[in-house]
Amino acid sequence: MTMKIGVVTFPGTLDDRDAQRAVRIAGATAVPLWHADANLHKVDAVVLPGGFSYGDYLRCGAIAAQAPVTEAIIKAANGGLPVLGICNGFQVLVESHLLPGGLIRNEAQHFICRDQKLRVENINTPWTNQFELNQEITIPLKNGEGGYIATDETLKRLEGEGLVAFRYLDGNPNGSMNDIAGLRNERGNVVGLMPHPEHAVEAGFGPDTNIAMRSGIDGLKFFTSVINALVNA
Amino acid sequence: MALFKKKTPFVPSGVDTTANAAATPQKEQPYALLGLKDDEYNRIREILGRRPSSSELAMYSVMWSEHCSYKSSKIYLRQFGEKVTEDMKKHLMVGMGENAGVVDIGEGWAVTFKVESHNHPSYIEPFQGAATGVGGIVRDILTMGARPIAVMDQLRFGAPENPDTARVVHGVVDGISFYGNCLGLPNIGGETVFDKVYQGNPLVNALSVGALRHEDLKLAKASNPGDLVILFGARTGADGIGGVSVLASETFDSTGPSRRPAVQVGDPFAEKVLIECCLELYAAQVVAGIQDLGGAGISCATSELASNGGAGMRVQLQHVLKRDESLTPEEILMSESQERMMGVVPKKHLKAFEAIVNKWEVEYSVIGEVINEDRLYINWGEEEIVNVPPRTVAHDGPVYERPVAYPAYQDALNANNVHVAANGNGLHRQNHNSSELAAQVVQIISSPNQADKGWITDQYDRYVGGNTALAQPDDSGMVRVSETTGLGIAIATDANGRFCQLDPYQGAKLALAEAYRNVAVSGASPMAVTNCLNFGSPENPEVMWQFKQATAGLADGCLELGIPVTGGNVSFYNQTGDVAIHPTPVVGVLGVIDDVARRIPSGWQDAGHNIYLLGVTKDELDGSVWSEVVHGHLGGRPPVVDLAFEKQLAEAIAAASEQGLLASAHDLSEAGLAQAVAECTLRFGMGARIWLNEICERDGVDRTAALFSESTGRVLVSVGREDDVKFVGLCEARGIPVLRIGVTDNSGELEIQELATWNLADLGAAHKGTLAELFG
Repeated sequence: MTMKIGVVTFPGTLDDRDAQRAVRIAGATAVPLWHADANLHKVDAVVLPGGFSYGDYLRCGAIAAQAPVTEAIIKAANGGLPVLGICNGFQVLVESHLLPGGLIRNEAQHFICRDQKLRVENINTPWTNQFELNQEITIPLKNGEGGYIATDETLKRLEGEGLVAFRYLDGNPNGSMNDIAGLRNERGNVVGLMPHPEHAVEAGFGPDTNIAMRSGIDGLKFFTSVINALVNA
Repeated sequence: MALFKKKTPFVPSGVDTTANAAATPQKEQPYALLGLKDDEYNRIREILGRRPSSSELAMYSVMWSEHCSYKSSKIYLRQFGEKVTEDMKKHLMVGMGENAGVVDIGEGWAVTFKVESHNHPSYIEPFQGAATGVGGIVRDILTMGARPIAVMDQLRFGAPENPDTARVVHGVVDGISFYGNCLGLPNIGGETVFDKVYQGNPLVNALSVGALRHEDLKLAKASNPGDLVILFGARTGADGIGGVSVLASETFDSTGPSRRPAVQVGDPFAEKVLIECCLELYAAQVVAGIQDLGGAGISCATSELASNGGAGMRVQLQHVLKRDESLTPEEILMSESQERMMGVVPKKHLKAFEAIVNKWEVEYSVIGEVINEDRLYINWGEEEIVNVPPRTVAHDGPVYERPVAYPAYQDALNANNVHVAANGNGLHRQNHNSSELAAQVVQIISSPNQADKGWITDQYDRYVGGNTALAQPDDSGMVRVSETTGLGIAIATDANGRFCQLDPYQGAKLALAEAYRNVAVSGASPMAVTNCLNFGSPENPEVMWQFKQATAGLADGCLELGIPVTGGNVSFYNQTGDVAIHPTPVVGVLGVIDDVARRIPSGWQDAGHNIYLLGVTKDELDGSVWSEVVHGHLGGRPPVVDLAFEKQLAEAIAAASEQGLLASAHDLSEAGLAQAVAECTLRFGMGARIWLNEICERDGVDRTAALFSESTGRVLVSVGREDDVKFVGLCEARGIPVLRIGVTDNSGELEIQELATWNLADLGAAHKGTLAELFG
């Protein structure tokens, strides 16, 4: 039986079709979840994709954190459901207090789109178990408000407990504290990051590699990881 | 319908009704302030048999403006529809005149694409001007029934060192980034040019492309009496009122009053929701016709829908949802508030329509219905304020054959070529001083126009959608249309204002040739053409001559290449005071590729490949980047274009690509071979050794020309050694001059023999650092 992975669409979500494609390429069934519908349709995991939910009005992710579907996701996440938040989805997770800290305007004050090198620093999550510890990967980064901030106390806890899942390499693109690109929660089922794994799942449409133009598919392992975790659960 | 039921008691609102207009023929009207000439106003009176009501005057003034009516350009644009063969039309599903042309690309798919100007608003308010430029063109594409799949921008700014340029650059780039990124459309390329001629009149052109299944094609027409006319999307506000007539048809004057309120304000979130909502309405087949609201707002949408459908319409203007209740009927008719659409919905589908717009939380109101009468009636409550034949507003505007005059300066400009400039000595060439010549290479590839545009394009999302196969800095942008077969499209746009100033006829052909070549080197087959013709004032006979020449050049060129123009846009009045910009006809070429996996990279990726130059280099440096950057000179005649050869070259590239012989291909254009070599080596950081002596010997040119000549019909390709014999044989059999001029290597250096050797990191820093240094 194939796994069912929900992909949420808020008004203003942009990368939902990309996330659905990534789920399909990884071998699972993508189930569209609508912002106004609190029914999670018995999915085995959830992806909150990138975009500008509700126009990013008020604060990025702030309104989406109050949506009926998000309330259901928070409840399920607290029960152990694997949840991945990408870019705006990461912002939603932070606004929902499923992950700590906040995300602010990039240091350079403008939107940035580039192929970004990351180090995977935690592989004990359903979304990263197929990586090797400290593996270096390249996936696209594209955001205007990706600067990660947290209090000293929170940063100390994140670092001390090994909750930093991804760190920027070869240059911090947005001024994130401690070069943090992504986090996991204590339980490990909730992971959020600013860069976009769903844009690096299909040769020909991903980042450039040394071997060939646009052939990078490092993002695919996020999705095969969760399938692996669900199968072995 | 209940919309028009009489209520009692009747209280006149004080608006200028049609009855009042008939009763007060002598009333003076401010038609001149609205941009109408005396004879145009008199013609309106003739059509109506009375003076127009103030609402009618508002409608005619915006719809008969240059921007909407194409009154100065129409007689020249006709040739795009006339200089075509049956063969050229075979893939054309919708041609000129609709919101955007539609081309059949096979497998049941069609694409629609168009480029449009937003120049004037972008100078006054660069951020909103550029943002709403993206929004407007995307709605045009959506209106055809297509899902928009990519955008591109063609930007021209003033001199980089002028302090005002940074204001415009930051505003425009931020505006495009803000709006385009929020829409979820990949930005796959474009152009950025700096020249002082655009100082007081930057050009902000925006292109969008969309894909649809053949059966989903929508047209902007209202033809079935009884169908409902529904306005949906954002509410109507006071923004952009008169933008069309006042802004786009007047020349900027440094002492003029601020026109800020005439610029529209965009909300990309509302547009994104509107796109998804419309696509769902199309899928449910509940709209019979659809029109976006752009320039001229409701005036345009109602009159065009009715005129296109050969029917009439009855509208209750008080049913329009407003942001500001104090808006007058005239303002509502002229408002250019963004993110609005007008749908024609059969009554039986109203419930289904409502369910979909409610799902997307999009506001709507039924404002009228289609009638079986050649009349557009608009009421304000119980009073009739508009009663006109819709065609006279939408399509039968004035047509001018403006005076044309050969420019007084033209002969002197053409005579002052690079061989006679500098007091008859000719522009100095450093052929015998290698270090100086090498310094010119770096000076040129790091000049603002030739430098890497990453500082701009890295502010745009090129990944969203997951179908981007090529984007900046490649020669063309390419997106996959079918995820099943890999069928895709490529688009490139080009314009060279300097060449067009020297010779607008050849300049337009040169832009076409370059865009065509850019599509061909990506592995796609060129198929159709769009354009955005940016010129000075049509009331200046010398500008009109440029326009006449450029349109003739483009139409003749398309006929020679056998690809049709599917639509376009004209932007006049691009000038400051009496000084017009260089004529800048932006030409976009669309190509089709059966599988985007077959696309050709633009740079070198593997060591040990042979580098071949296809085509012949002539001493063509007039109007070149070399003459501009090194000598600050503009004169002479642009390079010669041989479109028959361009076609042959494109076919040879296609054949080589189909046989898998090409590791890379890159077009030669601005700054010639020097620029192409630098871009090929820097694209993936692959070193190379190049020699110029064989070019100089075979083609009889000096080293300056070998490096910087902008001769057309040339492409730089790299080929694996195992494919060498086959590739050279293919070129020779097709009559394509082919010369091995180098080899790629892992040295981390670019060596041009007997000239210089550059470390790629240094060369890259010079090429990539310029824009960030200027504007970052």
